[in-house]
Amino acid sequence: MVARSVSKRFGPTVALDRFDLSVAAGEVVALMGANGAGKSTIVKILSGVYPGDGGSLELHGKPYAPASPQEAKALGVATMHQSIADTVVPTLSIADNLLLDRFNNAATPWFITPAARLEAARSIAALVGLDIDLRAPLFTQPLATRQLVTLARALAVKPAVLILDEPTASLSAVEAERLFTALDRLRERGVAMLLVSHRLGDLKRMADRVVIVRDGRLVANLKTPIDFDDATETMIGRALPRTRERKTVRSTADQGLQVRGLKLFPGADSPALDFDAARGEIVAFAGPLGGGKSRLARTLFGIERVVAGTMTLDGQPWQPRSAAEAIRRGVFLVGEDRWSSSLFPDSVPFASIEGTLSFPFLSTWFRNGWINRSRERREAASAIERFSIRCNGPADRVINLSGGNQQKVVLARSHAEPARVLLLDEPFQGVDAGARADIADVLRANAAGRVTLVFVSAIEEAFEVADRVLHFDRSIVESNIENLAGA
Amino acid sequence: MKFGASTEASPVVRTEFRHTSIRTKLERSGIVLLLVAMGAVFTWREPAFLSVDNLFSILQAASIVALLAVGVSITLAVGGFDLSVGSTAATAQMAASYVLVVWHGNALAAVAACLALGVGAGLFNGLLITRLRVPDQLATLGTLFLLAGLQLIPTGGRSLATGSILPDGTEATGAFPAAFLALGRARWLDVVPVPVIVLAVVTLVAVLVMEFTRWGRVLYATGGNETAARLAGAPTARYRVAAYVASGVIASLGGALIAARVGRGDVGAGNSLLLDAVAAALIGYAVWGAKRPNVLGSAVGAVFVGVLLNGLTMLNAPYYMQDFIKGALLVGALAFTFSIGRQAER
Repeated sequence: MVARSVSKRFGPTVALDRFDLSVAAGEVVALMGANGAGKSTIVKILSGVYPGDGGSLELHGKPYAPASPQEAKALGVATMHQSIADTVVPTLSIADNLLLDRFNNAATPWFITPAARLEAARSIAALVGLDIDLRAPLFTQPLATRQLVTLARALAVKPAVLILDEPTASLSAVEAERLFTALDRLRERGVAMLLVSHRLGDLKRMADRVVIVRDGRLVANLKTPIDFDDATETMIGRALPRTRERKTVRSTADQGLQVRGLKLFPGADSPALDFDAARGEIVAFAGPLGGGKSRLARTLFGIERVVAGTMTLDGQPWQPRSAAEAIRRGVFLVGEDRWSSSLFPDSVPFASIEGTLSFPFLSTWFRNGWINRSRERREAASAIERFSIRCNGPADRVINLSGGNQQKVVLARSHAEPARVLLLDEPFQGVDAGARADIADVLRANAAGRVTLVFVSAIEEAFEVADRVLHFDRSIVESNIENLAGA
Repeated sequence: MKFGASTEASPVVRTEFRHTSIRTKLERSGIVLLLVAMGAVFTWREPAFLSVDNLFSILQAASIVALLAVGVSITLAVGGFDLSVGSTAATAQMAASYVLVVWHGNALAAVAACLALGVGAGLFNGLLITRLRVPDQLATLGTLFLLAGLQLIPTGGRSLATGSILPDGTEATGAFPAAFLALGRARWLDVVPVPVIVLAVVTLVAVLVMEFTRWGRVLYATGGNETAARLAGAPTARYRVAAYVASGVIASLGGALIAARVGRGDVGAGNSLLLDAVAAALIGYAVWGAKRPNVLGSAVGAVFVGVLLNGLTMLNAPYYMQDFIKGALLVGALAFTFSIGRQAER
């Protein structure tokens, strides 16, 4: 497959600018890029979700212009998307999931015996070496199996090109290796693969070549052996600081947060975590999706069970039992994906800036139950000022704000009362560069007097905001950048 | 410019707002205007419609359904749906009659029994939903059947009044005291029926709690995004139980008013209550363009249906048209809420 000077614009923004890419049969090309660099635009153009504005695509030397994902698939380009939840039916059996495409094909006979179905499914499962009872409902299976089922379905049509978007995001290291073994077989069979992944380990294991995209442009095309430190710096577009200057004092026993032997997952092989975070310090946990960052954040917030280990906050044992207790004691969490974790849909009467801001503090601000609107308005006005939220006033509906301003509302909410620990899970999600700089500035300006932990999957975001960056993938891997890039 | 995306967005929002303001006003007052228009037409065709007596008899007739609709809208606000209000009311009126006629209790005991039954039904629903994780509609549908059946057991499936024979062969000798009957039949200053006053008080309290207190906020937040509410420290499960208890209590209060009005325990009393209450609560979505469950809208919705049915009856429309008219009204209100409202929002 060859792409020649493909461009794509969304309104005034250029998502992809004269992008060239080629993937040969039996080759695995990794696509690297920071958030918003244009990776997913490439994937969507190649998989037929939408066409490019300019340039041309070729497959086997012939022009290739899929009008839809179905057509792309028919032409031999299969895509495995990141969110597998949308591509499987958990209540159906594994076999039926494998055969879903066949069920939707008009050429399929209207009646297939269960035995024939199982046989057909077994041949598809064999493509990825899936050797389990196919009659079991899919929801009883671990995520890795679901991922393999999705992969097997993509392979059932014998594609020439396979696009994998973050295939290991929710897999453990062992599960990921199973997937890679299956992919190795495909490579031998001559399938061309385009792999998008944030995990450098994945790229090291699989990639024959790395293509780096930045601001919609191809900036590097690296052959093996690949120097991943260089690659990371090329991706971000500037040299990473070797170690960032520490502005704060080292944590002492009765100040800040100490975590000792903390296990996030049940099971003997679950790694134990040890780290300190001092008051006034901003520590970033950078690592791939599915590496357990959110789980760590939720554990510190008290809504996920501590499997083993201890947490100490300002010299006292920290064992929160509920979100309410954590908030009462000054530990705030800003969850990832604001619309699912923090904001209320517009059908909720108080889904305005002021109503959203006051919600976690209703019981402390309005003890007798009655909402004092002028107090609420005052708090919102000061938050709007502090976070330079662009709006007409505190009564504005959150839904009418831009993404960056919505995120500022969510963050402003965690600053409405003084925090002892502030946990921020992907605080820059869906935020443009300008708003990101604003948010980082406000976080720094307010960091004194509290422990701030930021959980991000993009390394450049970690460096933008933090005093200290820890690479986190199920455990703290290394704390310095050389190893961070190579991990 | 520092905030590229937001500067583009906000002026658009503002002009849109100005552009649709007349339309928005129409949308907000649509149902109320329609109510006034209907009143005008009915008065023109039948002047007796506008008499104080008739207006209060409409309100009295609508009051039970309106009460139940208020309860339903509270459960709708937490993202649930209480389908058991009709049979809770029916069982409560049976319970009140049983306390009075069989146990010779006084009016206070009868009302207390009703309310206890309402609390029990609400707790039962709430625990089924929050503890056993049965989906709201299914849990309350189960409770609907359970209570509809339960109310028949003590009397062996017969209505209950003074002189009724109980399944064990004894005769019920108690009677409905005047103090209890007054709940359904008396008029304050000889004008305002007691059920209308009860409705007004319950609606007022519910509106105040739902719209002006932090508890109302948590209820709406639980329905809007339970995860976000829980992460913000709200005990959402407790609030969901509380919503069902409120709904159960209000429904059982409705049951007490039915018993007081009818003067006996009637096995057929709860028949159409549920559907009428649900319809009123859903029509309430359209009142003042709220597009969401709201207590006042539900009460207005019930009154709206009451006015329509009363007016049409006065104009000699056949009784068997009633359900069809209610259905047409409900479908119209829902279409109005979900399609027209959404277009204007854009």
